[in-house]
Amino acid sequence: MSVVDQPVPSGSRPEATVAGQQSGGAPLPLTTLSTRSASRPARQQRQIAGVRREDVLALTGAAASALATTGLLWMVAPFTGIVGFIVVSWCLFVLIYAVLIGFDNNRPTVRDRISAAVVHSLAVVVILVLALIVIYTIFRGAKALAHLNFYTQDMHKTTPLSGLTSGGILYAIVGTLIEVGIAMAIAVPLGLLAAVFLNEVPGRLNRLVRTVVDAMTALPDILAGLFIYATLILIFGLGLCGLAAACALAVTVISIICRAAYVVLRLVPGGLTEASYALGSGHWRTVWHVTLPTARSGLATAVILGAARAIGETSPVLLTAGATFYFNFNPASGPMMSLPLAAYTLVQNPEPNYIARGFGAAVVLLVLVLVLFGIARMIGGRGAGQLTSRQLARRMAASRRDVHRYTGRTVAGQLAASAGGGQADDYGGASA
Amino acid sequence: MAQSGVPSLSPGHAVAVPRKLSNRLGASDLVFRGVARAGGLIVLLLLGLVGTFLFFRASQALHKAGWSFITTQQWNPNGGGFGIAAMMIGTILIALVAAAVAIPLALATALYISEYAPRSIQRALISVVDLMAAVPSVVFGLWGAFLVQWHITSLARWINDWLGWIPLFKVNGVTTHSAQPTATTYSASTFIAGVVVALMITPIASSIMREAFSQAPAGEREGAYALGATRWGMIRTVVLPFGVGAMIGGTMLGLGRALGETIAVVMIISPVFVIQPHILQHGGSSISATIALQYLEATPFAVSALMAAGLALFALTLVVNILAAVVVARSRSGAVSEA
Repeated sequence: MSVVDQPVPSGSRPEATVAGQQSGGAPLPLTTLSTRSASRPARQQRQIAGVRREDVLALTGAAASALATTGLLWMVAPFTGIVGFIVVSWCLFVLIYAVLIGFDNNRPTVRDRISAAVVHSLAVVVILVLALIVIYTIFRGAKALAHLNFYTQDMHKTTPLSGLTSGGILYAIVGTLIEVGIAMAIAVPLGLLAAVFLNEVPGRLNRLVRTVVDAMTALPDILAGLFIYATLILIFGLGLCGLAAACALAVTVISIICRAAYVVLRLVPGGLTEASYALGSGHWRTVWHVTLPTARSGLATAVILGAARAIGETSPVLLTAGATFYFNFNPASGPMMSLPLAAYTLVQNPEPNYIARGFGAAVVLLVLVLVLFGIARMIGGRGAGQLTSRQLARRMAASRRDVHRYTGRTVAGQLAASAGGGQADDYGGASA
Repeated sequence: MAQSGVPSLSPGHAVAVPRKLSNRLGASDLVFRGVARAGGLIVLLLLGLVGTFLFFRASQALHKAGWSFITTQQWNPNGGGFGIAAMMIGTILIALVAAAVAIPLALATALYISEYAPRSIQRALISVVDLMAAVPSVVFGLWGAFLVQWHITSLARWINDWLGWIPLFKVNGVTTHSAQPTATTYSASTFIAGVVVALMITPIASSIMREAFSQAPAGEREGAYALGATRWGMIRTVVLPFGVGAMIGGTMLGLGRALGETIAVVMIISPVFVIQPHILQHGGSSISATIALQYLEATPFAVSALMAAGLALFALTLVVNILAAVVVARSRSGAVSEA
């Protein structure tokens, strides 16, 4: 500030100013204010939000000059390749941008701008890569996806030279659904039960189970497949089949589901369960009526993400299911194809039509995972205990019914008490 | 529960007798505990069985090979010697390349989402990154083998041209700065497999980092701004020190995943069974890829040899994951759960 304050004996500044002006030619003014010289321009307030013109100019200038320089390099020097072009021009961009910012800013500002530019561009790279993966897969599979028979047939009549109008992957979709269905039928009850056990029943066994479950989440997928291959197939002679694949998938996801569910259950507020105990309900009633309903959305998310993982797992299935070109609805015998395995197997064939079908299978797989993921997001976006409007309405209707019942009961109870009747017997029977 | 009622006060009962408390469980609670314990036990047995069976079968092969299992490079369980030296080094190299690429990407994505992104798109971005973690590995493999492989070879050649004097980036049998297209020399390499795996582990590491960054205390953030810090100054002095545990833990969790990745690596790499320290050169090896490629033709003894290799991999991922869990757990306050 340009105002020079001298000690003000009394009063605040406006008064002092007025006093100074009034006392005009008095020998000793109480306060002296430096007057702003007329030549000095009025100060503009610094803009602290929004986009400034200099920033935009520096950014576009740096980008343009980096692109131009790299283009020149690519023309005169023996550089080739699109990836190299992007990398080099990005490095140049950062360099030039730093110099441009450095012209009229101090060091901390330069560092701030450069790090912001780096963070933004790397984040954009990650998002772009995801988009590229999805778009490229669809692009390569589009030719196969355009034919209706792709969704209705299996591949047994398809020869390497037949066109895309024959052959489909419905059999792989069916196989995936059967395998994942069986795997989830094994893994979900066990995983959730084990999670409830970990959360509710303390003891030495608890610690052991938790250690083992944590350790097994580190198990490489392929080892689950190798385990099933060595036991069910080599020792028990089951043969490559859907059931073996389902078991391998179950071994893979059981620890994942268990751990995710355990984490969700642990997030149920202690106050809720303690309130339930304080009202006199037992352990089982508390778990069934308080803990599990509170964590319902999180548990659903754990299960659905486990299913998404199981659908996309390739390596356990590769070892245990066996590739085939035929429909197979019986999981207990004969090889059974699944979507990731179909994608993997079909692209091994050098024939372009097979590769297109492989990418088509990958697209269907992506769509399945995306749908499951979307459902998980819809259910699991809320924290423990937060309800949708419909759930809230149902809950309110239930408690209204309870109020009616209780008022009815007190009247009835008073009548019954005079007759020596006992207590009503359905405490805790009211389920939400 | 509520077994004991309030003791009725008979007239003339002057002294209050302490109520007798019992914590005997009701029938339903006993059944519940029994069922829960049984569930835990089944899971324990099942997972324990996997571990012990692998260990048991692997020990046959380990017995025969002895210490040479660690030092031998070739993989010939039926004839000559076999060992994991080449595969283990290949696996670790792939994981290290993946980590080197994934750490900056994951860190920047996490920082962008938690610090730079406008509030309106923050949730959408979180979903996108989580979705990326759910993309099946075979899709990454297709993408890597059919697209990335042929575009990244020029970058690999460029690295070899200018940084070839570093032993890691050396490629045998090519003249540097030659304009000839030498795509096959640089294809199917450890480097390409590592890059593809990096993109698979980026979202995993990123979501752990983001979670920690977004929990950095608001008071300290505002304190940094009040002292005149730029946004980067605030991030460097408040957010990054707060999230350093999650940064290490998230990276190691991703590393554990990268070590065990199978399909994406199988689809890219072309297996060789010698130690291949030149990451840009054609050919490499990884334990999980070897299992996937060799199980079908394997004799029972070769299967147990594969299991021994798998067990070594499991031991490695286990150590990495445990370290990650310890680091992540230490970085959190733990008071979050009891709201």
